[in-house]
Amino acid sequence: MLRLDGLVKTYPTGDKALKSVTLEVPRGQVIGLIGPSGAGKSTLIRCINRLIEPSSGSVTLEGVELTTLRPRALRAQRRRMGMIFQEYALVERLSVMENVLSGQLGYVGFWRSYFRKFPQAAIDEAFRLLDRVGLVDMVDKRADELSGGQRQRVGIARALIQNPAILLVDEPTASLDPKTSRQIMRLICELCEERGLAAIINIHDVALAQIFVRRIVGLRAGEIVFDGLPNSMTAATLTEIYGEEDWSATIREADGDDDTDIDDAPRRAAGAAPQHIPEIDRDRLAGLT
Amino acid sequence: MPVSSVGEIQVWHRRARGKQLAIWFGWLCGVALFMFCWNIISEKTTWFFVFDAPRIVGDISSRMFPPRWSYAEKLWLPIWDTMNIATLGTIFSIVMAVPVAFLAARNTTPSAKFVRPVALLIIVSSRSINSLIWALLLVSIVGPGLFAGVIAISLRSIGFVAKLLYEAIEEIDQNQVEAIEATGASRIQVIAFGIVPQIMPAFAGITVFRWDINIRESTVLGLVGAGGIGLQLQASLNVLAWPQVTLILMAILCFVLASELVSARVRKAII
Amino acid sequence: MPAAADAELIPLPRRWKRPPLIKSARLRWSLGICAALYLAAAFGTIEVNWLRVWAGLDRGWAFVLGFMNPDFVSHWADIKEGILESLVMTVTSTAIGILISVPIGLGAARNIAPLPVYLFCRGIIALSRSFQEVIIAILFVAIFGFGPFAGVATLSFATIGFLAKLLAEDIEDSRADQLEAIRATGSSWPQLMNYAVQPQVMPRLIGLSMYRLDINFRESAVVGLVGAGGIGATLNTSFDRYEFGTTAAILITIIVIVILAEYASGMIRARLQ
Repeated sequence: MLRLDGLVKTYPTGDKALKSVTLEVPRGQVIGLIGPSGAGKSTLIRCINRLIEPSSGSVTLEGVELTTLRPRALRAQRRRMGMIFQEYALVERLSVMENVLSGQLGYVGFWRSYFRKFPQAAIDEAFRLLDRVGLVDMVDKRADELSGGQRQRVGIARALIQNPAILLVDEPTASLDPKTSRQIMRLICELCEERGLAAIINIHDVALAQIFVRRIVGLRAGEIVFDGLPNSMTAATLTEIYGEEDWSATIREADGDDDTDIDDAPRRAAGAAPQHIPEIDRDRLAGLT
Repeated sequence: MPVSSVGEIQVWHRRARGKQLAIWFGWLCGVALFMFCWNIISEKTTWFFVFDAPRIVGDISSRMFPPRWSYAEKLWLPIWDTMNIATLGTIFSIVMAVPVAFLAARNTTPSAKFVRPVALLIIVSSRSINSLIWALLLVSIVGPGLFAGVIAISLRSIGFVAKLLYEAIEEIDQNQVEAIEATGASRIQVIAFGIVPQIMPAFAGITVFRWDINIRESTVLGLVGAGGIGLQLQASLNVLAWPQVTLILMAILCFVLASELVSARVRKAII
Repeated sequence: MPAAADAELIPLPRRWKRPPLIKSARLRWSLGICAALYLAAAFGTIEVNWLRVWAGLDRGWAFVLGFMNPDFVSHWADIKEGILESLVMTVTSTAIGILISVPIGLGAARNIAPLPVYLFCRGIIALSRSFQEVIIAILFVAIFGFGPFAGVATLSFATIGFLAKLLAEDIEDSRADQLEAIRATGSSWPQLMNYAVQPQVMPRLIGLSMYRLDINFRESAVVGLVGAGGIGATLNTSFDRYEFGTTAAILITIIVIVILAEYASGMIRARLQ
C-alpha cells in the first residue's frame, strides 16, 4: 500500500541522512522502525509526507506518487497520513477539542475552520475518538494543562480524525515514563488493528517494540540493515544496528504484561502555570522606545 | 596565560598582557572620542547662560509656584483627547503592523528575497522617525487636529509592533506548526492554527506596552498642532504663563503614571 | 474496561462550541459593550476636515515626490552640520547618561540600597520616564539657553530614566546567593558591587547602552525642534519652507544612520554573548 523506492535524502550541509531506502508496507501492518540516534528514522518518516523534501527516489501511497505532487494535491494526500509526534506537538494554547478537530483542517475550508464550524460528522467522530482514548471529560481543557500521556492521547485522536490509511509515528514514547509508554504503544497498536491501519513507528526502545509490533525494520546510517519478525532479532542483529554492546538483557520473548489502562493523573494541577509562555523580552521592549 | 613566572615566583594576572593592553586602548579611544565631542558642544555653548542657570531656575520656579489650580477644568478635555490619540493610534498601528510582521518573519514570509527586505525597510523607517516628526509632516498635509495626531502615532508604532511581533513569530515552537502541516492544512490554516495561538500572549503584551508609550508620546504632539494636551502646554508657554505650565506638567505626570499602572495591571493579567 | 460499559449508557455529547475567553457571560458582554462605547466616543472626538485633507493631498504628493527624488545638494552644508551635531550630542549625552545612571541604578535596586536612597532614586527615574524628551528640552532650553548643551542635558536626563530603571531591575533579578557568598567573605560595599553585582549585570548594561545610543540619536532629531541643537532645527526649517526634497534627504540620512547603528550594535552584542 505504501512503497518507498530508492529514497535518498541529502541535507544542504552534505549529511546523507538516507541512502536509498526501499520499503514496502502492506495494508494494516504495523512496523517498528528502530535504530540509533541520527540513523535517519525521523527523516525517513518526514520524507513520506514531505515535511522534509526527499532528494530523490519515490514514495507511492495507494498507487499515488507523492514526491512529484503540487502543494494542493500534496495536502490532499497528507490527509491520508496521520502523524504522531515525539513531543506531542499539540498547539498548546488551543483546547483539547480544537486540537483534535485540527486533524480535519485538510477537509474544511479556511473560514469554516476559522470560526470553528466543523461538520457535525467531524464533531461526532471527535467525541467518539476522545471517548476511545479516555479523554472525553477534558474536551475544553487547554492542551498545556494535560499530562504527557494525556497529551499524546490527544495527538493520537488528532491523527485518527484525519481518517488516514497509515499512521506515521515519530518516537511516541520518548517523552513518557515506562508505564505510560506501554499504555500509549498498546493504544496505538489496538487502534491500528481496529481500523485496519498500517503504521510506521519510530521507536528507541527495542524491548517495547518487540512487545507490540509484528515487524521490525532496523536502520543504521540511512540504510536498512534488518527487516524481520521481532523474535528473529538476535544479539548479532542488534550489534549490526547499534554497534557493539552486551545485548543479553535487552532481548527477550514478548511477555504478556497486563497492567490495566488507568488514566495517569495530570502531572500539573489545572491552575498551575503553563510551561511554555513566550515571554516578552524586557530587553527588546526596552530597546525600542 | 594569565599566570607568568618572575624568577621562581608565580604571578597571577587577571588578563593576559595583550588583552589588557587592548582594553586600555579601547578605554583611551572612548575617552578621547568623548572629549572630542564634549569640546564641540562646549564651543557651541554660551557658558555665561549655563553658569547663570541656578539664578534662572530660581526665577522660573518662583514664577511657577503656586500652580494655577483654576486652570484644571480646562485640562479634562485635552487629557481625554490625548488618551484617544494614543488608543486609536495604537489600534490603527496594529491593523497595519500585523501583516507587515507576517511578511517580515523568516518562517512566514512569502519570499525571503523580495518581500522580506521591503517589510524590514517599512519597519526601520517607521521606527527611525519620531512621532513628533511624523506629526509635523501630517499637520502640513491633513491640517492641525486630532486626526494628524492619530495617524502620526500609528505610523510611528507600526515599526515597533511589527518588529517585536515578527521576532515572536520567528521564535515559535516549530513542532506545533509541523503537526498542523502534517494534517494537510492549507498555508493560511497553518498560520491560524499553528502560529497565531502561539503568538497571542506576546501580541497582547506588545500592544499594551506600546499603548503605554503612546500615551507619553501623544502628550507632546500638540506642540506641533496635532491635538492633545500639548496644545495647552504650547499656548501657556507662548504667553509665559508659568503657573499654568506647572499645572499642565503635573497633570501629565499623573496621567502618565496612571497609564503605566493600568498597563502593568493588564500585562500581569495576560501573563 | 469497566468504564466502557457505562459509556455505552451515557450517549456522547454531540454539540461543541469553542469555549469563550472570558467565562462569565455577563462580564464578557459588559466589557464588550464598554469597549464599543469607548471606541464610538473616541472616534467621535476626531473631526476630519475632508476639504482640508483634500487640499493637503497635493502637499502629501509633493512629499512623496521629495522622497523619490531627495535633495541632498542645495542645503548640504546645513544637513551635514546638523547631522554631525546630532551625532556629537548622541555620544556625549549617552556617556554622561551612563555615568549618572549607574549610581542611580544601584540606589534604585531594593536588594542593595537602603529605603530612603531607594525612594529617592526611584523618584528620579519616575520623573525622567514620565515626561517626553521634548517637554524636558523645552524646560532646559529655558534654563540653559538655545544650543546643543540643552539637548545634551535633555538626552542625558532621559537616558537616566531608561538605563537606571533597567539596571535596577536587573540587579534585583540577579542571584541572591552570589551576593550572599561575597558578603560572607567580609567584603566592603564597593567590593560587593565589584565582585558580585558587576559580573552579573555588565553584559546587559553594555547591550542596553548600545540600544540607548541608538535611541538618543533618534531623539536628538526632535529636541532640535524646540531649539536644543541637532538636525531637528534644519528639519523644521525645511518643513516651514515646504522644501520637501531637503526634508526627505534628512529623513533618509537618519534612517540610514539608524540602520547602520543597529547593525553595529547587533554585532557588538552578539560578540558579548
